[in-house]
Amino acid sequence: MPSYRMQIYGWLLLLPAAVLLIAFTHYPTVATLVQSLFLSGSVTRPAVFVGVENYQFMLEDDVFWQAVRNNIWFALGTIPISIALALQMALWVNRRLPARGLVRMAYFTPTILPMIAVANIWLFFYTPGIGLIDQFLGLFGLPGHNWLGDPDTVLACLIVLTIWKEAGFFMIFYLAALQSLPPELEEAGKLEGAGRWYFFWRITFPLLMPTTLFVVINALINSFKLVDHLFILTKGGPNNASTLLLYYIYEVAFSFFDPSYAATLTVALLAFLALVAIGQFVLLDKRIHYR
Amino acid sequence: MSEIVLDHVSKVWGQTTAVDDVSLTAAAGELLVLLGPSGCGKSTSLRMIAGLEEVSAGRILIEGRDVTRLPPAKRRISMVFQSYALFPHLDVAENIVFGLKVRKLKWAERSARLARVAELVGLGELLHRRPAQLSGGQRQRVALARAIVAENPICLMDEPLSNLDAKLRHDMRVEIRALQQRLGMTVVYVTHDQTEAMSMADQVVLMCDGKIVQAGRPEDLYDRPATTFVASFIGTPPMNLIDLTDGPNGAVVAGAAGRAVLQGPGHGLRLGIRPEHLRLADGAGIEGEIVSADYLGADTILTARVGNQSVLLRVPGRSGLATGEPVRIAWSPESVHVFDGTSGRRMEDGRAVPVAA
Ligand SMILES: Nc1ncnc2c1ncn2[C@@H]1O[C@H](COP(=O)(O)OP(=O)(O)OP(=O)(O)O)[C@@H](O)[C@H]1O
Ligand SMILES: [Mg+2]
Repeated sequence: MPSYRMQIYGWLLLLPAAVLLIAFTHYPTVATLVQSLFLSGSVTRPAVFVGVENYQFMLEDDVFWQAVRNNIWFALGTIPISIALALQMALWVNRRLPARGLVRMAYFTPTILPMIAVANIWLFFYTPGIGLIDQFLGLFGLPGHNWLGDPDTVLACLIVLTIWKEAGFFMIFYLAALQSLPPELEEAGKLEGAGRWYFFWRITFPLLMPTTLFVVINALINSFKLVDHLFILTKGGPNNASTLLLYYIYEVAFSFFDPSYAATLTVALLAFLALVAIGQFVLLDKRIHYR
Repeated sequence: MSEIVLDHVSKVWGQTTAVDDVSLTAAAGELLVLLGPSGCGKSTSLRMIAGLEEVSAGRILIEGRDVTRLPPAKRRISMVFQSYALFPHLDVAENIVFGLKVRKLKWAERSARLARVAELVGLGELLHRRPAQLSGGQRQRVALARAIVAENPICLMDEPLSNLDAKLRHDMRVEIRALQQRLGMTVVYVTHDQTEAMSMADQVVLMCDGKIVQAGRPEDLYDRPATTFVASFIGTPPMNLIDLTDGPNGAVVAGAAGRAVLQGPGHGLRLGIRPEHLRLADGAGIEGEIVSADYLGADTILTARVGNQSVLLRVPGRSGLATGEPVRIAWSPESVHVFDGTSGRRMEDGRAVPVAA
């Protein structure tokens, strides 16, 4: 019976991890899916099965679409710029420069700060009239602006803040990847007369592709996951101009007390994220493996 | 022509002097080997020639032109790195023509040169593989191909064969030498393997602690080592260096009261003699005792104790001698070298006249 016993051993070893995973990941996911098919009940009224009605409602919900639009703009605004900045900074601090350690730390500091603290710092920048930005503009005689109160600028404000916070984090990954590139490659390039720009696009950037993929996925997930700053800065306003999907889910669940509809929105978000992850791994993975 | 001259070149990093006042000349079309133990400044010297490392003092001239402050690309030099430095995401063909693309050569010219070089180093079938899909020897060839496709008159190589096994290393050694002669390239070749140096070089430059100890043709270093360091570095097994002391009829081996090996006093001198120049004799010769025997196939390296010194002998075939057996060792006077015991320098002044044992 040794193989039979080995099997039991195997399952026993897996058990702790499996229990945690099932209790806190798989069960909630399935429960959410199930709940999204019911209409929220209350103390006096039990939940009623309504099938896909919640989903139909979602598709007709203007705020939902607004949140989706906002989220897409938010992602498009933050991801490319924060990655480009991260790469730029990594290339910069990877070179020999005075006080390199200090510069690296300075770039990394925003990452260590909690999002709430970051939001508070930027609140001080954005405050109309007395905020740093308005004071700066005042030096040139320009009028102040209610940055967070204007539906046209609020999303851009959030994007700037998020880039500021995330670029340093992504820089660390690029820096690690750059330092793992053998220096002889650059020397070989130099001997052949390749300029910095040419060498970067022909050699460095392609070799950093695995890191870029990793960072893109992280950035994308973060752009749907990071909502802490909304609580401090805008609460989704004005007029839902800065509502992001996750924040909307939170509002539906805990301000409007509609857990079923919140579950429906959650399923939509999960489905979307899963799709993105699969797409990225399948499509991009093929093209960037050298070793 | 494509001659390389180092003129009193030094390289200093803070406290460490990696290269100390080195002057050398690699004639056009010559294969010069920089030889020396680990950390003696070979790579640093090579990298200064390439322009990858700044020179602290002195001048570097290529084809009579002062290139000391010129960037690497302007020196018309190719280099084969020890780690090959192939671009992992480019295939063999792209790796080889990388420099040609940088210089914006026309497609037709590029592919013509690629074909020629691939033929030369035998990479024809492998042009579309990535470096990771090649063996060590094949990667080595790609690195070599990338170096020669530029058709630069000068090629620098930093221990290009150190990652290969003994057989492949021998084959590549022959190939590199043949290629170098066919293309008439001036090659500076770094290695710490004296066999490689002896078999390939037109000129060997032996370095130690950042300084040149001796430079010359391989046979010069073998036949007339300038110091005990050279004597012990060149040759396998290296030259015997035997401490001498004064005896009644001349210098004798320290700790042995036997025959004189030099005329005159021997205190403070060292006798150098190669294992292959020693032979076992019947009657004459100095007395010793076998300590061990290493059978190598074609010959056997015997270790014998003479006085308080140990001496290596190379004898043909199997020796059949057992440990502890007494032997007599003989040599002819012209194969003896004499060195000063303290400075380690070769003595040529006739004070010490060798005698046959
Ligand atoms: N960047 C550096 N900074 C400080 N010291 C260095 C640097 N590079 C090399 N050195 C020192 O210079 C000396 C010569 O180094 P080099 O690399 O030229 O040796 P080498 O002869 O090529 O040795 P090996 O056979 O091990 O490759 C060594 O003592 C080394 O520690
Ligand atoms: Mg070296």
